[in-house]
Amino acid sequence: MDATHEPEEPDPHEPGRARLSRRGLLGLLGAGVGGVAVGAGGTLAAGAIVNGAASPGTDSRTYPFYGFHQAGITTAAQDRLHFAAFDMTSTATRDDLIELLQDWSFAANRLMQGLEVAESGAGGPLLLPPEDTGEAVGLPASSMTLTFGFGPTLFRDATGTDRFGIAARQPADLTALPGFKGDLIDATISGGDLCIQACADDPQVAVHAIRNLTRIAFGRAQIRWSQLGFGRTSSTSTSQATPRNLFGFKDGTANIKSEDQAAVDAYVWAGAKAQGTWMAGGSYLVVRKIRMTLETWDRANLAEQQNVTGRDKAEGAPLSGGTEFTDPDFSATDAATGLPKIPQDSHVFLAHSRQNNSVQILRRGYNYVDGNNEIGQLDAGLFFLSYQSTPANFVAIQRRLAESDAMNEYIRHISSAVFAMPPAPASASEFVGSGLFA
Amino acid sequence: MSRLARTLALAPIVALSLAGCVPNTTATGSGSAAALTVAMTDTTCQVSAHEAESGTTSFTISNTGTDVNEFEILADDKLRIVGEKENVTPGQTVTMVQQLQPGTYYTACKFRLVGDPIDLTEFTVTGEEVAASSDQEALDAAAVLYLSYVKSQVDELVPAVTTFVNAYIDGDTAKAKSLFSAARVSYERVEPTAEQFGDLDPKIDYRKPGADAEGLDWTGFHRIEADLWFDEAGKNYPDGSIKKLSSAERKTVGTQLITDVTDLSSKVNATDFTLSISDITNGAVGLLDEVAAPDGKLSGEEDEFSHTDLSDFYANVEGADVAYGTVRDIALSKGTEGKELVDELDTQFAAMKKLLSTYGSYADGFDSYDTVSQDKRNALAAQLNALSEPLSKLAHTVLELPTAN
Repeated sequence: MDATHEPEEPDPHEPGRARLSRRGLLGLLGAGVGGVAVGAGGTLAAGAIVNGAASPGTDSRTYPFYGFHQAGITTAAQDRLHFAAFDMTSTATRDDLIELLQDWSFAANRLMQGLEVAESGAGGPLLLPPEDTGEAVGLPASSMTLTFGFGPTLFRDATGTDRFGIAARQPADLTALPGFKGDLIDATISGGDLCIQACADDPQVAVHAIRNLTRIAFGRAQIRWSQLGFGRTSSTSTSQATPRNLFGFKDGTANIKSEDQAAVDAYVWAGAKAQGTWMAGGSYLVVRKIRMTLETWDRANLAEQQNVTGRDKAEGAPLSGGTEFTDPDFSATDAATGLPKIPQDSHVFLAHSRQNNSVQILRRGYNYVDGNNEIGQLDAGLFFLSYQSTPANFVAIQRRLAESDAMNEYIRHISSAVFAMPPAPASASEFVGSGLFA
Repeated sequence: MSRLARTLALAPIVALSLAGCVPNTTATGSGSAAALTVAMTDTTCQVSAHEAESGTTSFTISNTGTDVNEFEILADDKLRIVGEKENVTPGQTVTMVQQLQPGTYYTACKFRLVGDPIDLTEFTVTGEEVAASSDQEALDAAAVLYLSYVKSQVDELVPAVTTFVNAYIDGDTAKAKSLFSAARVSYERVEPTAEQFGDLDPKIDYRKPGADAEGLDWTGFHRIEADLWFDEAGKNYPDGSIKKLSSAERKTVGTQLITDVTDLSSKVNATDFTLSISDITNGAVGLLDEVAAPDGKLSGEEDEFSHTDLSDFYANVEGADVAYGTVRDIALSKGTEGKELVDELDTQFAAMKKLLSTYGSYADGFDSYDTVSQDKRNALAAQLNALSEPLSKLAHTVLELPTAN
């Protein structure tokens, strides 16, 4: 569980700073010797614009970057998302990858505290582009989490080449997802060597983070595709109300909640296979951009919409009766027709853990609208994110859904990716994924 | 890449006699001050030796030809001017004192101060690096030499454009097409300078949307490009807004382009035209911005009819590299931060040129940009970002950081 932390002023003499690369944080290093950041005892550089430590009465909640599990997984789902997938550049080396992860970790720790990306901030000498792009100056941390992951292609590229000397350490669980019936996958918005999930309650804060982390990566990795999400579609804590997706239905009622430690341990964190490996304390992220044909859906009558979903639209209760959190009764039948009250091709029936050998996944998706297409339809849907102990759990559920889900008439999966999300660095002497290179 | 793997430029202590200053001969080099001679005629340019020790070298230049001549020392890219002596008149003997760092250079003459270099010959400087001069001297000398380079480029532009335009006016479409990208190279190397003269770049290099938006007559390179690749023009502007030009109209548009580049040359060569160090560093960044702009080379919009964007791309990078090379020694004198920046820029300029070279060369031609896949364009973009980020720190390093050798 992530605790709420007060922002901390980073100690410039932490040992983790010793290996910052010359790129990205060049200005920060400045006159430093041996990697110790700017002199004068770590005070802020002259001319820096200082981000106010979270002002009271605003969204000043911060989460720690360092720890055991990465924040942004069981963390109470924030309202906004900027997700980005990156490819390493064709000339990047193992050292480049390590330096990039070090730089990203340094920056992420600061950004999650509501600080600028480097101490020199959004100001500095007049002839130097500021280290920080500046659009989050004055904004609180806004509960931001930055969560990093490694795609299968980081270990072996499309030709099977081990570019970074890590192929031997690729987890068996980390392979590209199979195709599913009805997939309309666009390769240009799928996959990626690396990913960053930025979640925050203020979209500007999340966008600022991805933008600056992208800039730090120039020369080593380039953004491959990215996605903005504007409304969470799952609750990951019992303290959160269940939000609605763009179909207008509550989504994530039966999601794993962070308070359910047994379920989290069994189905979110990488399982027994990961023990003793660099993935101990990590998880696997599945990404599916699911386009919704909203115009068609909106013309479906209420009964059809509810039968497709398996829940009633107003309350979110299962069609077998009760209230939102009443357990679905899949054996309940309609007295008049004798048919199951929850249709067996409904989304709830097919996806529910009781129909899937008790397997659960932690959903953490967001609604998206990317404007409209050329024939006047909203280009919109669900940016599905799920964390699980192994991608195989998602695959098993998705196979069932792809085969028979009545909802398939109204959705198309248009992108697909899977990432190994390593544990958090324990302290500033590590960086995200450092165990992979140990 | 090691810093020393790349040719080092001069420590620009030389107050060129261009400005009528007395050369500063008090600088000490690692070797004894060598004295070489240069014998120039209208067609030859003989230097008495092709190597020297680093430090101060004096070149005694004698012109036995029939008209004014110029002696140049170029960097290993054969573009950047390291030292020059202009306006050596027939019968005259003059001395040019030059401080040179170890590295590879080229010597040449320029008869009547324009045209192709005569007897372009490798010149090697060995020995230890010599101490840089004071900040201000170095900055002043760099600005003077960069201006010489810009002048040499606009001087080459005029004949290249004239040859191209003549073929076009004559209706020799095949020949004109083959000369189009070459005619643009010099312009693309120094475009930010041309842009300082507000009305010239629009006339010379505007694309159709820019001219339309500003209500200008569409003239220049791209108007001719649309006429030469008229099928492509019809595809890109299916509303028929681009008309095939008549013989008379070709002559009007072509002559206008020659007039405009000649005007540019006159303005750059005017005695009161100067460039500052900021112009140089901003110009380098500006050249790469030209590549990355939404209507630039990476998107394939710049040369949307001929698809010769990669040639322009290469010329922009060369121009930025020369500008960087002009102030590279100064950056090197700025302590650890300066050395790290130079390391990074050396690496990234080399990587950018290497990647572009996989698509061709000026001599063999570059691949047509419409055949370059999105994946490959993305790789070019990634390398351009890798180069542009450190380049954005150059002005600060050169002008704001203290010297710390």
